[in-house]
Amino acid sequence: MITEIITLLLRFLALTALQVLLLNNIQLSGFINPYIYLLFIMLLPVKFSKGFSLVMAFVSGFAIDIFTNTAGMHAAATVLMAFMRPAVLRIFSPRDGYEAESVPSMSRMGFNWFAVYASVLIVIHHVTLFFIEAFTFSSFFLTLTRALLSGAASLLIILIAQFLTGKFKTEK
Amino acid sequence: MKNLVLFLWKNNFTIVFLLLQVFCFYLIIQNNKYHNAAWYNSSNRVSGDIMSAVSSVTQYLNLKNSNRALADENALLKSMIAALSVDSIPRFRNPDSTGKYIFHSARVVNNSFIRRNNYLTIDKGSLDSIRPEMGVIGPNGIVGQVKDVSPHYATVISLLHKNSRISAGFKNSRFFGSLTWPGMNPREALLSDIARHVKFSKGDTIVTTAYSALFPEGILVGTVKDFEARDGSSFYSITIELSTDFTNLHYVYAVENKHREEIKNLELQSQSNDH
Repeated sequence: MITEIITLLLRFLALTALQVLLLNNIQLSGFINPYIYLLFIMLLPVKFSKGFSLVMAFVSGFAIDIFTNTAGMHAAATVLMAFMRPAVLRIFSPRDGYEAESVPSMSRMGFNWFAVYASVLIVIHHVTLFFIEAFTFSSFFLTLTRALLSGAASLLIILIAQFLTGKFKTEK
Repeated sequence: MKNLVLFLWKNNFTIVFLLLQVFCFYLIIQNNKYHNAAWYNSSNRVSGDIMSAVSSVTQYLNLKNSNRALADENALLKSMIAALSVDSIPRFRNPDSTGKYIFHSARVVNNSFIRRNNYLTIDKGSLDSIRPEMGVIGPNGIVGQVKDVSPHYATVISLLHKNSRISAGFKNSRFFGSLTWPGMNPREALLSDIARHVKFSKGDTIVTTAYSALFPEGILVGTVKDFEARDGSSFYSITIELSTDFTNLHYVYAVENKHREEIKNLELQSQSNDH
């Protein structure tokens, strides 16, 4: 239990720092800004209290907001993502359900499963975020393109991060 | 009553979600107002210090460019001094304009340019007499307007923001319009409200006008890149290539207009007399 909390806390700090200090400064072709901090919400244990995971989503989104002067935008998108997560998990649940204490990570659920799961959550988050940021539907397809391009970059970065840390786990 | 409690208990997930979303949108709307001193943005002490530490590292990577920009600016200032010292100062000095503006130099510790609404954070705050609504210029031209101020830091609404609107006009004629940023390209902005009869050509210089209390008159904005006049419209829509490169901005100046309060009060007084 204690180790679980410490793992969560460390993962939260590491992902937020990575996002704020490194990824927010990487702006590919002036158009794409990948968001890795979503991995924190994706990797919350399946049986985790749903209400509490919403609060976690708010905290992690708000932490990003503080550094990008976007008060509430990342928080709103991340909370929506955490709200949809149980439904997404239910849709993609394995035939005999999830094991207790199971973490929906790539090393446990396999590459294909994780890629689909991550893509769905990323699309929910990015589309929400980019439309809140634009605060208008007037340039609908431009905003949608930006959201999906950034989403592809986020997916790539999150998959790479999972490859790196997943390998580490099997060595142990 | 018992049913209500049961209902709330069964649906606590949805209710927590709704409460959090309402709070988020409250923050978003609050933040859309100009000049509110909020603690949850990058002008607060903790995030400001972190950004400052990061910037002191990344600065090394850009030393070459920053040095060149500073050297260019020095050269320009020196040439202006040289021009002034041709024994013309005593005769042509205009008592109204001398010392009307004070420039406070500051380092940019956080900067964005790819979002629809972009902000900068600078490492000078109220202790260095930075105030909200001051104009901010860079070595190559205008940058934006101060939004929030803390003792040691300030946030700046970049020119690359959907609410930014700056009075700008041609350097060689006196016609002016308003400058906005349509999004997308951090090197281009849009100048509108220039009437069809105005004559100009590509490459003409655009500068700030005296009508804005934010910036001194004649600060460089950019050059005309392209223009079009839609059928039926009596105004041109002009694409401006901005002179400030927001992707490479490390030192800026906040402009303090000593007469701003006076002008503002006077205008308020005139408006209240109308009612």
